[in-house]
Amino acid sequence: MQLNEIWFLIVGVLFIGYFVLDGFDFGVGMALPFISKDDIDRRVVINTIGPVWDLNETWVLVAGASLFAAFPEWYASLFSGFYLALLLMLAALILRGVAFEYRGKGDTQKWKNTFDWMIFIGSAVPALLWGTAFSNIVQGVPLNEKHIFTGNLLTLLNPYGLLGGLVTLTLFFTYGLVFITLKTEGEVRDRARALATKVGAVATLLAAGFLVWTLNAHFTWLGLGLSGIAALALIGALLLNHLGRDGWSFVLLVITVMTAVGSLFAALFPNVLPSTTNPAYSLTIENASSTPYTLTVMTWVVVFCLPLVLAYQAWTYWVFSKRVSRKNIPAGAH
Amino acid sequence: MSTLDLSRWQFGLTTVYHFLFVPITIGMVLLVAILQTIWTKTGDEKFLRLTKFFGKIFLINFAMGVVTGIVQEFQFGMNWSDYSRFVGDIFGAPLAMEGLLAFFFESTFIGLWIFGWGRLSKKIHLATIWITTLGVWLSAYFILAANAFMQHPVGFEINEVKNRAELVDIGAVLTNIVALNQFPHTITASIMMAGAVLVGVSAYHLKRNQYVASMMTSLRLGLWTVLAGGFGTLVSGDGLGLAMVQTQPMKMAAAEALYETTKNASFSLFTLGTPDGHSELFSIRIPNLLSFLSTHTWEGQVEGLNDLQAQYAAAYGPGDYMPIIWLTYWSFRWMIGLGALAMLIAVVGLWLTRKGNLNLKKWHWNTAIWMVPLPLLAISVGWMFTEMGRQPWIVFGLMKTADGVSPGVAATDVLLSLIIFTALYGALAVVEFKLLMKAVQAGPNDDLIAENKDADKLTVAY
Repeated sequence: MQLNEIWFLIVGVLFIGYFVLDGFDFGVGMALPFISKDDIDRRVVINTIGPVWDLNETWVLVAGASLFAAFPEWYASLFSGFYLALLLMLAALILRGVAFEYRGKGDTQKWKNTFDWMIFIGSAVPALLWGTAFSNIVQGVPLNEKHIFTGNLLTLLNPYGLLGGLVTLTLFFTYGLVFITLKTEGEVRDRARALATKVGAVATLLAAGFLVWTLNAHFTWLGLGLSGIAALALIGALLLNHLGRDGWSFVLLVITVMTAVGSLFAALFPNVLPSTTNPAYSLTIENASSTPYTLTVMTWVVVFCLPLVLAYQAWTYWVFSKRVSRKNIPAGAH
Repeated sequence: MSTLDLSRWQFGLTTVYHFLFVPITIGMVLLVAILQTIWTKTGDEKFLRLTKFFGKIFLINFAMGVVTGIVQEFQFGMNWSDYSRFVGDIFGAPLAMEGLLAFFFESTFIGLWIFGWGRLSKKIHLATIWITTLGVWLSAYFILAANAFMQHPVGFEINEVKNRAELVDIGAVLTNIVALNQFPHTITASIMMAGAVLVGVSAYHLKRNQYVASMMTSLRLGLWTVLAGGFGTLVSGDGLGLAMVQTQPMKMAAAEALYETTKNASFSLFTLGTPDGHSELFSIRIPNLLSFLSTHTWEGQVEGLNDLQAQYAAAYGPGDYMPIIWLTYWSFRWMIGLGALAMLIAVVGLWLTRKGNLNLKKWHWNTAIWMVPLPLLAISVGWMFTEMGRQPWIVFGLMKTADGVSPGVAATDVLLSLIIFTALYGALAVVEFKLLMKAVQAGPNDDLIAENKDADKLTVAY
């Protein structure tokens, strides 16, 4: 395996890590208005991800910076090309982060409602945009001979991109709801379970359409295998959720997210950003990558750091592994 | 305005704004860790109160640093894509290392620290704030190493075919002389800033004669911290100045607006000049100081702007290689002046409050409260000096700022993002300021440390 192939894999793994972790944060944020009857319910929901949302979000910074280090041309063309979409994403992520920290620091219901809306919007918008962004990456975008994006925001809002966005929106919503059933007790949990079945059914339909479309356009055996696993795991997760097996349902959804994102990377390879203007203008792992020297240095950094990161983050999840329920919520908020 | 101008305004705005929260984080995380260590060692509840009280102020600030930091990571690609193409092989590496080594430490262990009260053992909980400190400081080093490459590119070769700079020596990039000098300068200035926060907050309560025992401790700690941090800033600033003369002589000449190459060069504290800026009408000068700052000898020769302009034109082709002189001149003075003023206030404060004396006049307390923004402003104008003084280069000697901007992004798109960031950041500043004031005014209340009576309740929750 060549270094640029290894780095395509590493970037894929980092994005998978990001979506596996922040994916359920988005779902929890979206679920907030639907499964809570009062402020204590809302605090139960938010506190399921309280100590970990920040570390989850950090995965996108690491994935983005690694993409920059390993494939500078990809980073440059992608981030400047998707300018307004990323602007929306940034604004949403800022609103979400601030809202988690600040909602409990005010006294009035109006204050809290404002920040709850910010959590909802700040979760739903990235959940939609990530799907749209990745579908467009796989499908290709207009790039000129200098690999510069020549479209605009509307270029990205094509049927395949929008469908991809709706898939991630509903899939992460489902994922978050199942996470809530795993992390809470009582009525909040019951409501989350019931809603997960409904949203999950919609997600399954959309995802099925999206998978067929993707395989049709970019068939690989690996892609077929991965999307097959993703589809089966999603259906299995919904059944198990319905039967009240929260833990296994959640595990299957983790597998769904991993394999679904993996199948997109499989469909993309060896391109990193195909050009619809002329296939010769596409960015590939060859013409977008850094030098072997840089990739070697960064490989050592990843080999050294990533196991350590996974270990202490796993420990963190273990520390905060208890379920949260209404009786656990203290009067004062952090 | 063009995409270039708008992108520069946006980068300036978002970066200056982000760096209002960063120095407070860098310094406060250390002070909070020290306070908690003292509590853990001595069991003195006063220090637990102080840990929680200043910890709360620290976290309100930290959240803003986190969310505005995401923009920083994205906008190199969004607005400066040709720059990213040109330096990505080198510049991306420290950024990725920052993420893997530093951001993960920070974001994971800050969560453990915030929500770990009552769940982790005392010692492990203490370790979480120290690991957060390590993460924050590592992060500072990596991003400064990345910035240092822009000031003084090292460890690279130019690939003519791919038209980019390529990494050949990561060790050289990470031990760039500019990074080695910028790091202590940034850290000590941030420590000074955190000290000023302790001073201002403590003075607020002492002026009202409340929470006297704990606030007296934090006042004295803050004053000593400002002084120690200020001294460190001075020493490291001197080192950075020397490195700058070696690596970017134009910037040092621009700091003094020195047009002609001069021996025994004096340093002006204040100048009134003709509107074109080329000749002065009146100035207050310290003889030979500029020579000393630039060469560490009193007689040393300092190269002037005109000579440097001629040298650069010969080396890099025709063009204007001077930064905006009035801006570098005044930002350099404000940086030093505001920092020195904060140190002076700290010295006087330490003298006035010696042996626990609290019998101070109202204006004494007000001065202490109003000193809070001084180091922060000094840090801000210091960065404006560093970045504006590098112009017209984005990477010194290799790429001009005008050549780094994204070629495919429309000016209207950047205008839109500039408006959105300005509005969003403005609104958040208002909320942030209100919350900080509320947290400060609430004081180190005992309910912060109230033992959990009800075993079911989480000690800390959103």
